[in-house]
Amino acid sequence: MFYREAGEFRTTYKEDSQTFPIRFDRWRYYFVLFVAICVIPFMVNDYWVNSIFLPFLIYAIAAIGLNILVGYCGQVSLGTGGFMAVGAYACYKLMTAFPDVSMFIHVILAGVITAGVGMLFGLPSLRIKGFYLAVATLAAQFFLVWLFNRVPWFYNYSASGQINAPERDTFGILITGPNTEAWATYLFCLIFTVVSAIIARNLTRGSVGRKWMAIRDMDIAAEIIGVNPLTAKLSAFAISSFFVGISGALFFSVYLGAVEVGEAFGINKSFLVLFMIIIGGLGSIFGSFAGAAFLVLLPVALKVVGVDWLGWPTDIVAHLQLVIVGALIIVFLIAEPHGIAQLWRVTKEKLRLWPFPH
Amino acid sequence: MKMKFATMAVAAVMAAGPVMADLVFPSLSYRTGPYAASGIPFADGYADYFTLLNERDGGIGGAKIRVPECETGYNTEKGVECYESTKGEGALVYQPLSTGITYQLIPKATADGIPIHSMGYGRTSAANGKVFRDVFNYPANYWDGASGAINYLLDENGGDIKGKKIALVYHNSAYGKEPIRTLEELQKTHGFELTLLPVDHPGQEQKSQWLQIRREKPDYVIMWGWGVMNQVAIQEAVNIRYPMENFIGVWWSGSEADVIPAGAAANGYKALTFHGVGKDYPIYDDIQKYVVDTGKAAGAGDQIGTVQYNRGMYAAMLAAEAAKTAQEIHGTPDIDAKMMRDGMEALEITEAKMAALGLPNFGPEFKVSCEEHGGPGLVGVTQWDAAAGKWNVISDYKPTDRELIGRLVAEDSAAYAAENNIEPGCN
Repeated sequence: MFYREAGEFRTTYKEDSQTFPIRFDRWRYYFVLFVAICVIPFMVNDYWVNSIFLPFLIYAIAAIGLNILVGYCGQVSLGTGGFMAVGAYACYKLMTAFPDVSMFIHVILAGVITAGVGMLFGLPSLRIKGFYLAVATLAAQFFLVWLFNRVPWFYNYSASGQINAPERDTFGILITGPNTEAWATYLFCLIFTVVSAIIARNLTRGSVGRKWMAIRDMDIAAEIIGVNPLTAKLSAFAISSFFVGISGALFFSVYLGAVEVGEAFGINKSFLVLFMIIIGGLGSIFGSFAGAAFLVLLPVALKVVGVDWLGWPTDIVAHLQLVIVGALIIVFLIAEPHGIAQLWRVTKEKLRLWPFPH
Repeated sequence: MKMKFATMAVAAVMAAGPVMADLVFPSLSYRTGPYAASGIPFADGYADYFTLLNERDGGIGGAKIRVPECETGYNTEKGVECYESTKGEGALVYQPLSTGITYQLIPKATADGIPIHSMGYGRTSAANGKVFRDVFNYPANYWDGASGAINYLLDENGGDIKGKKIALVYHNSAYGKEPIRTLEELQKTHGFELTLLPVDHPGQEQKSQWLQIRREKPDYVIMWGWGVMNQVAIQEAVNIRYPMENFIGVWWSGSEADVIPAGAAANGYKALTFHGVGKDYPIYDDIQKYVVDTGKAAGAGDQIGTVQYNRGMYAAMLAAEAAKTAQEIHGTPDIDAKMMRDGMEALEITEAKMAALGLPNFGPEFKVSCEEHGGPGLVGVTQWDAAAGKWNVISDYKPTDRELIGRLVAEDSAAYAAENNIEPGCN
């Protein structure tokens, strides 16, 4: 009734190919942005930011990054945790080496460094595909974690082998360290998430993204129609790693503040981000957000319902969470391989026809 | 089981109700994952001691105690979530039982003014209270453990371990890396050879490390392990027929759950300790009467009297005594985190106090002060008797190399103070 194109006339190509062609959808998007930028910062406290918003925003960036590689370019990667570690350690080294530089620059540079490392580990993708590539990226995961554990230069020779984020600011507002304000860290991550999503959206619908999708769908055919697999695959690895590196840098510096590489960036992290894009939807920016929100909120929600309301023992709730996530992954793979994003798409189609479906 | 669910639900509802002036001691526990074998008994002991105080004494100084439990899975992200979700309830002190989470919480809790008690773990240099105002690690720390283990070997060898080969099998994390500095310093003094063998999280795969031990045949193996890593290491040591009496674990690697899987072959394995082991303490009669018999025991109730259970109880006892001290200082039963910190800093544990609590000779006598948050650092050694199925104390609590440890603590805490712009001082 209200959610439809009828009555909307477009006279330019620009209008026709915008991200949210339906007016209602567009206004909803502006509304969400407005709430996120102008309302939430005034309402949040430490608990909401540290338990829900920061992990959601940071995992959303990681999921966008991995989605570019796996969902758009079809290159399966199990190295996300390792690349996040690269971002975190790059950010740490930059923060300690140049204490006066703004955090924005550190985080972006950490992303750039990760992009370089990602390209390096993307080289095998030119020769191998599918499962074999997954194993090659798995090797990257273990190698990078081992490297950061092994070489003391990366953690500035600290006795514990941990990296701790010192207090750093941007425009005079503290972003890292224990004395930050909840709204400042939230807004800092929100800016990175929104900009990442906009960049990713525009890349994936432009020529670069079409090349990735051509490679994903059939690489030989793509080569025949003139897509250079070398640049397409390597650019996918670089851009994907750039986003993953940014999320790793934020994860360490803003969210946790102290990180131990084997524990924070182990293979579990790679799987967690992979599950996010599988549940959220491969090849969809919205899916990255949905998957991240789902896997961040589910444990918190289960804990609140199970432990705080129902008074169940904590271990039962923790085990229940494993069961539910596992079951959901199986259900999604069988019933809806395109994830929550596809459910959302179907809902929108239904809404367009509602209430007169015939 | 159903009954227990019901009682727990009732307890939770009562706890959630608007009860005034509860003393809140959050328990960041882990009953799941690869470290559960070590985490469950500690959490049970921690909860049961507070239940006992509630049931027998009506709380501390008339104020009821509440112990909200939060599952961390030994994972720092969940640890942060647990901290944030419980700190608003008026948490008095955090005991995360994880060195990683402790590192995470030190700056956060310092900023929020909530004390941390990392008993025998965490950041060792927190012993310097002038820098770490809100962090305590009495009565003993990792470096005491490392020094205590070497002192014990010195005693065994008539004071000379020159040229002996000692291997350190450690969890490749902040926790496992803690003793390395101290051992390297001691190596210079005593002239032994140190081999470092890291084991990656979670520690189920140790074949290559033990192959190396088999090849190099070190005279002694010291272990800094936790959770499933302990069981695997002891089993691997049995498999290569390493002499168990030359295998010494830190206090986190010496509980029943670690040695029982290896059966009779684990007989003779040694572990450090800083408190008493076993069930021969009068307090267990009270726990039986007020906690177990009334069906209020935490968890499955099958851990009572194990080493880690005792340690959880000890941690709860020290927290309760600190709360009492705080109530006396501030003259009110209704204390907050700041007052709790004052109580912890003025805490004095005497033999008379411990005996009155039903724990005679359970731990060392000590007194905390602003300069000294680390306690006396007395370390004993226990040995596993597989036939009898119990740990026996074979070396009484002895002092460690405090001169060296004091120097290392001063060095590390000064670095932390410089990094974080902290002005060391007691005011």
